[in-house]
Amino acid sequence: MSRDNLIISDNDTDVQVDFPAEDQTSQEDNAHENKRRRKADGKERKKRAIKTGRASSIEDTEEHTQKHNRKRNGSKNHKHDKEKDQAKKYQNNKEEEGEIKRKAAKSKKNLKNEQTKKKEQDSEKSGTKKRSKEKKRKDSAEKDTKEKEKAKKKKKVIETSSEPESSEEENEEEEEEEDVVRPETLTPEELEKLKEAVEDRKKLIQGLRGKPWPMKKKLVTLKESQMFVEKYEGALGKGKGRKFYAYKVMMTKKWLKFKRDFENFKTACIPWEMKIKEIESHFGSSVASYFLFLRWMYGINMILFGLTFGLVMVPEALMGHPYGSLPRKTVPRPEEGSAMDFAVLWDFGGYAQYSVLFYGYYNNQRAIGWLKYRLPLSYFLVGVGTVAYSYMVVIRTMARNANEGGIGDDNSFNFSWKTFTSWDYLIGNPETADNKFASITTSFKEAILEEQESRKDDNIHLTRFLRVLANFLVLCCLAGSGYLIYFVVRRSQKFTLDGLENHSWWERNEVNMVMSLLGMFCPMLFDVISSLENYHPRVALQWQLGRIFALFLGNLYTFIIALMDEINVKREEEKIVRYNITMWEASLYNGTLSENSTAPPITVHPADVPRGPCWETMVGQEFVRLIISDTMTTYITLLIGDFFRAVLVRFLNYCWCWDLEAGFPSYSEFDVSGNVLGLIFNQGMIWMGAFYAPCLPALNVLRLHVSMYLQCWAVMCCNVPQERVFKASGSNNFYMAMLLVILFLSTLPAIYTIVSIPPSFDCGPFSGKNRMFDVIQETLESDFPAWFGKVFSYASNPGLVLPFILLMVLAIYYLQSTSKSYKQANMELKKKLQTQNEENKKKNKKAALKAAMDLEEARKAATQAAQLQAKHKPPSQQYENIEWDHEQRRYHRRDVRHQPTRGSRPPHHQEATGHLPGAPAQPRMHRSSNVPKH
Amino acid sequence: MFGLFVSRRLFFRYRDLAPQLVPLDYTNNPDVRLPYQLIGSMPELKDNPFRQRIAEVFSEDGEGNMSLNDFLDMFSVLSEMAPRDIKAYYAFKIYDFNNDDFICKSDLEKTLNKLTRNELSEDEVRMVCEKVLDEADLDNDGRLSLDDFQHMILRAPEFLRYNHSLYENHTVELCIGCLCFAF
Repeated sequence: MSRDNLIISDNDTDVQVDFPAEDQTSQEDNAHENKRRRKADGKERKKRAIKTGRASSIEDTEEHTQKHNRKRNGSKNHKHDKEKDQAKKYQNNKEEEGEIKRKAAKSKKNLKNEQTKKKEQDSEKSGTKKRSKEKKRKDSAEKDTKEKEKAKKKKKVIETSSEPESSEEENEEEEEEEDVVRPETLTPEELEKLKEAVEDRKKLIQGLRGKPWPMKKKLVTLKESQMFVEKYEGALGKGKGRKFYAYKVMMTKKWLKFKRDFENFKTACIPWEMKIKEIESHFGSSVASYFLFLRWMYGINMILFGLTFGLVMVPEALMGHPYGSLPRKTVPRPEEGSAMDFAVLWDFGGYAQYSVLFYGYYNNQRAIGWLKYRLPLSYFLVGVGTVAYSYMVVIRTMARNANEGGIGDDNSFNFSWKTFTSWDYLIGNPETADNKFASITTSFKEAILEEQESRKDDNIHLTRFLRVLANFLVLCCLAGSGYLIYFVVRRSQKFTLDGLENHSWWERNEVNMVMSLLGMFCPMLFDVISSLENYHPRVALQWQLGRIFALFLGNLYTFIIALMDEINVKREEEKIVRYNITMWEASLYNGTLSENSTAPPITVHPADVPRGPCWETMVGQEFVRLIISDTMTTYITLLIGDFFRAVLVRFLNYCWCWDLEAGFPSYSEFDVSGNVLGLIFNQGMIWMGAFYAPCLPALNVLRLHVSMYLQCWAVMCCNVPQERVFKASGSNNFYMAMLLVILFLSTLPAIYTIVSIPPSFDCGPFSGKNRMFDVIQETLESDFPAWFGKVFSYASNPGLVLPFILLMVLAIYYLQSTSKSYKQANMELKKKLQTQNEENKKKNKKAALKAAMDLEEARKAATQAAQLQAKHKPPSQQYENIEWDHEQRRYHRRDVRHQPTRGSRPPHHQEATGHLPGAPAQPRMHRSSNVPKH
Repeated sequence: MFGLFVSRRLFFRYRDLAPQLVPLDYTNNPDVRLPYQLIGSMPELKDNPFRQRIAEVFSEDGEGNMSLNDFLDMFSVLSEMAPRDIKAYYAFKIYDFNNDDFICKSDLEKTLNKLTRNELSEDEVRMVCEKVLDEADLDNDGRLSLDDFQHMILRAPEFLRYNHSLYENHTVELCIGCLCFAF
């Protein structure tokens, strides 16, 4: 019984036992004893022995846990006692253990509603309980102790499991004890009740997982409940309770695992996801946004490539006339010698020019092969479809991104979430862990930057002035470079008319040189200017992008001008060639006819037939060459500017006079704006040229693929993260907007050439037609029923088309304005919500502050009183000084004010405060006691 | 809770950490504890910056030495199927480094330094701590209580949907098959 005393001594710290619960337990106790006694004979001993063995092991550890908890809950001095306690425990019988544990469990439960009164009653209670225990022990003397222990556990389980249920369950238990031994004899109501009990247990089993108990307790509860369910479910004819449960749990786990694996699989299917994540974790989201954009671009080009490859190139290669059967499909005689040279092929001349890669190779036969595939029609539709699809995708992506941005995320706990939820507990791989560490650091830096930016408020007038100035400077730059380009282009046109031979190298390559010089130095200038503006780096990046974009438009403009000039030249040439060909044909036929009219017509080898210049193929070739040279430049600058620089900096640093890594050359940063613009303009070239060179999307896919790997590698191995890592908006809508502009600008010339320039007479799928789009009309006339053509012609009547366009404009306007108003409403709601949140928070804080102050004051008063009480004997008035006296009086006053709240204070405080109005305290004492008490 | 099969698998998992220490026969409930060094070297934990805290929180002695029951406890909480409340509760305990039932500034600093491997400067750490307290501390006592913590964490997007990270490039083969502790 020594331990009981010990526990009671514990009571003054935390153990409180409720009356009702106590009654319940004793009742239950009796009930269980009865039950066990009755059943003991009928059951096999073996099974029970096993179960109790396990249970006892469980019990021991639980005791540890609870002791541990108690330890944490406060009284550390009890640690020693408890160890002693533990040592004794194994000598005593298990029954008492059960009791202690039960109390401990209760003590935990009731920690919160501490009430001092209960103390004596508690001791009383435990006394009566002990008595009843003893009685019981006498009763059940003949039973083995294990049996009893089991009973107690069950009882404990019931009381701890869930308070509201416990009484109900108890009733059930009692009923069962009397009747359930033979379930067939039950009345329907009892059966119902039993079923309910079983359901309750099941619920308990399911809810068990959600309880923060130590494993020990859970296991005991679980076993108990499962036994119950198994037994009575079996009795009720449902059977196999636990097995089914186990099966269910297993299946849920399997399902979860499958889902996770599937997610992983899906992630693994996204190309380059890992690479991009890795880059993002080291370089921040702005650099990653470039790679995301690159990947998106790659996807688009894949689809464009699929369209052109599947619907144009493959049918022509498989079903069209083979190479060498037609003049347009044969390398002309004078070029034959050099057609296989690498230099020629690299320039996409020779065999490459006379292949499916270019417009000129395609025949104008309406339907080819056994499929009767309408190749010219398909060529035209694919050309249109490419552009239409691109528009659709870009606009759709923009809309989706705008949507995402509109909803916005809840940022109220931004930093907290970053701190507490950013580690991914699934990581089990050191490299991944490294990446995660890097990414967490980066994300913190980004968030900190955002925070700093939002806090910053400088002289608004100065900033505004500087921004205006910067924009003015940039405009000057742009205007100057625009004029320069215009001037150079005009000059070069003059040179071309004169003939290029009698000009120097500089004069011939002036345009290109000027363009590349501008492209090199202007961005740097813009960069310097933008440092004036003091924008947030994300905004600064957008400005930078916009400015360089405007500069590059000049590039585009010169290119188009040059191309148009060349087309005009070729068309002049074509006229002459056409005339020559009629002459040649006439001479050919005249010569043969005059000799013998019955002879078979002379077959001329297709390579010998004279042919026109075919401007379409020329345009296609230009674009392909441009793409190739652009790609080469990108890769070479990457190698030299990044890789060699990094190598030099890294290895020359050992033998250099200053620190290369920290000093001047240092490592390069990743140039997001330049790379994004390069990508966008490249794509513009693809859109412009894809109609005349169906191979362009394929080339671009190749290029993007290579540059993905190359740039990923270069970034990871030769670049350093930017000094200010900032969070890019995840949506990249700015990139998309620029892409849309480029798409529009690049489709304009393509559409112009298709609509207004007649196709070449002897090459391409539209040869012999007046305009390229005539192919539609032709198809309508010959492949569709007559009424369809009629309907189409009516529909294309301007009288119908114009109102239709008007209607569409109206619809767009309407949708636009509604969406705007929705957005506004959304924003307002959000703002309202935010202010409300903040208000709530403020209110909470105020209340908390007030409560804390009250508490503090009361405490101070209490401690002071305690002091007074303790140091009542030495009055020592001689130390008194005015300040302390003043303070004393203040405390006094406060204490009086807070008299009512003192009721709930711990007892020693309460009695201590009673002494407060007594003699003034000793100043030194007061000061010292102020600090440590709490 | 766990079916027997799971317990068995976990038991063998536990035993495999130190076959010489853990007996096969647990009927007599031997008092066996595995030292933290062994627990912390499990593949599920070895890369976790909070592994020591996890072991400490779930072990009875508070020093990371775990008995079988502590071990089971830990896995049941770390399991994917554990409910969010319980995860939040134990997360709080894990982040409460000094065991004072509040996450105070020093706890936050420790958490941050562990999360970023001391990559953030002191100023940055201080600022983040201030921000966290500013955001989540509802009763304005300069530290996070369990209520504050739960209020904050149960709204976290990671907590709302089970977010399986993209970083996981090889599935960690686990005994229960899951350590999704989506804190």
